[in-house]
Formats: sequence, C-alpha cells, structure tokens
Amino acid sequence: MATVLIPTPLRKFTNHTSKVTVRSTKVSDVMMELTASFPDLTKHLMDADGKTASFINIFVDQDDIRNLNQEQTEVTAKTVISIVPAIAGGVQK
Amino acid sequence: MKHEDIQFSKEELERYNRHIIIPEFGLEAQKKLKAAKVLVVGSGGLGSPVLLYLAAAGVGTIGIVDGDVVEDSNLHRQVIFGIDEIGLPKVDAAKRRLQCLNPHIVLHVYNTQLTSANAFALIKDYDVVADGTDNFPTRYLVNDACVLLGKTNVYASIFQFEGQVTVFNAINREGQRGPNYRDLFETPPPPGLVPSCAEGGVLGVLPGIIGSLQALEVIKVITGIGETLDGRLYIFDALTFSSRTFNLKRNPANPLNGANPTLTELIDYEQFCGVKAIERRVKEITAKELYDWQVQGKDFQLIDVREPDEYELVNLAAELIPLGSVLAQADKISRDKKVVVHCKMGGRSAKAIRELEDNFGYQNLYNLKGGILSYIEEIQPELTRY
Repeated sequence: MATVLIPTPLRKFTNHTSKVTVRSTKVSDVMMELTASFPDLTKHLMDADGKTASFINIFVDQDDIRNLNQEQTEVTAKTVISIVPAIAGGVQK
Repeated sequence: MKHEDIQFSKEELERYNRHIIIPEFGLEAQKKLKAAKVLVVGSGGLGSPVLLYLAAAGVGTIGIVDGDVVEDSNLHRQVIFGIDEIGLPKVDAAKRRLQCLNPHIVLHVYNTQLTSANAFALIKDYDVVADGTDNFPTRYLVNDACVLLGKTNVYASIFQFEGQVTVFNAINREGQRGPNYRDLFETPPPPGLVPSCAEGGVLGVLPGIIGSLQALEVIKVITGIGETLDGRLYIFDALTFSSRTFNLKRNPANPLNGANPTLTELIDYEQFCGVKAIERRVKEITAKELYDWQVQGKDFQLIDVREPDEYELVNLAAELIPLGSVLAQADKISRDKKVVVHCKMGGRSAKAIRELEDNFGYQNLYNLKGGILSYIEEIQPELTRY
C-alpha cells in the first residue's frame, strides 16, 4: 500500500494524521480514495472538474506528476506520495 | 564592481576570518559577497534572519523593501526588532540593527510595499532577490519581475509548522534558467481557501529556521559554492521533524518564459490572485432605512462584524461577531427574520454575507450601505467617528 504524506496545513482535514496509506495503484485513484476518506480535503486538492488543483503539487517520490504521467502515474506499495500546497505566510491581502 | 577588484580593510579581514579560512570558501567567495547586491523583499519573520545573516556574512549592498511598521505581535518571530522599535517603520528599525551589526556594508531601505509600478525600478540594480513576503499577490509579483529582469529569486515561505525553500530563475552551469514560481504553482489558491498566518498562526522559531536556509541559498548563489536548490524544492515539517526535497522542472506552458510566453509585463496581481475579483452583489439597506426599521420597532437582527476594539470605540448596540469568526458563529445568526450586517464602511460586512450565503445558504441578510460611518453621518452625528 502506498503512503500519502499530508502537509501540515491540510492535517486538520485528516484528523491530524500526517501519513495515510492507500490501496490504489495510480495517482487519480489515490486522490479519489483520499478524498473519500476525508471529504473536507476535496476543495483543497481538486478543481471543479475533479482534476488536481493548479495551486497544489503532487509528487510521486521525488518527482512532480506533471513530469511523469500526470494523474495516470502508477504507484506501488513502496511509493511515497507528497502533497505540496502553495503557502504564502503572513497576511493574505 | 567586479569581485576581482574588491579590497578589504584590516578590520574586514578580521571580521570575516572564519569565512576566509574555510578552504572551499576563501577570500574569493568573501570578495563575491562584498561585490554582491541583494534585495530582501519583506523584513518580517523570514526577512529578519535573512537580513541578519547576510549583513553578518558581509554581503556588500543590501536593499530592504517593506512598508509596514513594527508591531508587538511581530516580536515572537521577527527577531531583528525590539520593543523600543514598536511603531517605527520596519526598514528603519532593520537598518539601525544591521548598521550596528556590520558597519562595512551599504544598506538601502525602501519604506514601501513592492508594487507592479515600482518593482522593476527597485529590483533592477540588484543581483539577487530574497523573497520573504507574506501574501500571494506579492509572491507572483516578485517572481514575474525577477523572470522579466533576469534576476535569481531565492524563495522561502512558511505557514504554521511548514516551510518551503527553493531558488527560482537561476542560471545553471549550462547557462540555462531554472524553474520559477509559476512552474511550481500555476495559479494561487482562491482567496480565503488558505488561512493566513494572521488567522492560522505560525510557530515563531519556524521562520528562523527557514529564513536561515534562505540566507544560506543566497550566499551559495552569490559565491557559487556547493549546489543550490535551483530545480529542487525543499520542504520542512517542524511537527514530524522531517524534510523532503523534490525535483522541479520548467513548464512549457509557463506564461512568462515557456514555449509561447504571453506575459511580457507586470500585471495587476491583486486581480490575478482574485483579491479584487468582481464580487457578487449582496442585498443592501441604507442607514435611513435601518433607522426607520428601528423606529418602527421592526423585528430584525443587527450584526456587527468589526473587531472588538472598534466595537468598543463606537457601536450601534449590535451583536458583535468579527468577520474572522462569522462562519464558526453562524448558529447565532437568524434565518427566520431579516438580518442587517454592518462593519465600518460596508466591505467586511459584504464579505461576511457572501461567506454566509455561500456556506450556509442564507437569503435574509442585508448589508448596511456605507457601514457605521454612514449611519453616524446620516442618523447619529453625535457618535464617535474613526
């Protein structure tokens, strides 16, 4: 089962869990599985069409899925999937 | 001045001795630091350690851009300032501290926010920019200005327990530019989706850690020692004490420098980030109509979404629910009768109404046009204006 690392800003939507194990074998299914388990994550990860939001990056091990096979990128039991959101710090103007 | 032509005084050589005796660093790297011009955008949580370490390291010319003043709530993380400087412009307070730290460097301060109108003029004379700003519009502005001017942008960002560091738009050994912010994040998150540090907080020591890494990368970019984070994104999770480094690549669809660039000048970044998006109109009530409802004894609820200190200054005996907590306290807002929502001038209350309508489907909310100021002006001029 692959592991998804949840960034600290999104952990309030995963019951403060930092690692989630998933059964899915490609990134799009991983995201579906993740948001099915934690529905509040959805608007932070996906756009209205259900695609990965453009202010989120998903890395499979060290590489951006946009440089792999996008959401069709396959994952194995040893894969670590990282979600990296845009953060700006300070005051949102 | 070329670094080969740099000379050091006896005092400078003594000051930088521990740098110069590092075999991989030496006098050569120290000369490069003295010849370098670095612009630090933002002198807050990240800017504090960046400025302190770059000044201490002997970066010859440092510019500081910040239009804020020092506040007490800054001091848990903005370690360049002290309590004597509360109320002073940050750039002046920072300059004073850095001059005490290192009299051998030149400091230029700009007591202003970076804008599309001034960004090129402020950045063009510097070699490297360190982005320690605190909001998405300025992040994209710094990025775009650096790409369009051909400057390297050493980027760091923090939120609560998370830090990110990378080097954008650097020239690698093959002479090619590396990725920039728009390769990493094509668009910013919608306004309000990501809470700000003002709402979500930040652990004070985190910008110290991340800002120090940012200063490290600035020094490496200038001196050419080691391998910078060009093409890599470093993430630090303070809660689990784990860090990861990811590979970044340029995106051919990047509108600044992709295959078909469409962005050739700076834009309105507030609009780009949706901060100034054309907002849906909400139902309104004038001060006179509100007064009539009051005189008629009409059954309605009056909500004030300003902050407690504003309420203390002057109020209309409304229920106080500050904008930041309006969704959390929605159960206190009636659905059965008309509800008038007000703030100082009408902006925050309109936002509160939109949030309540979007999240809870309210249809009975009315915005007091012109806010409490309008009510004071038209109905009760004896009340305190502010």
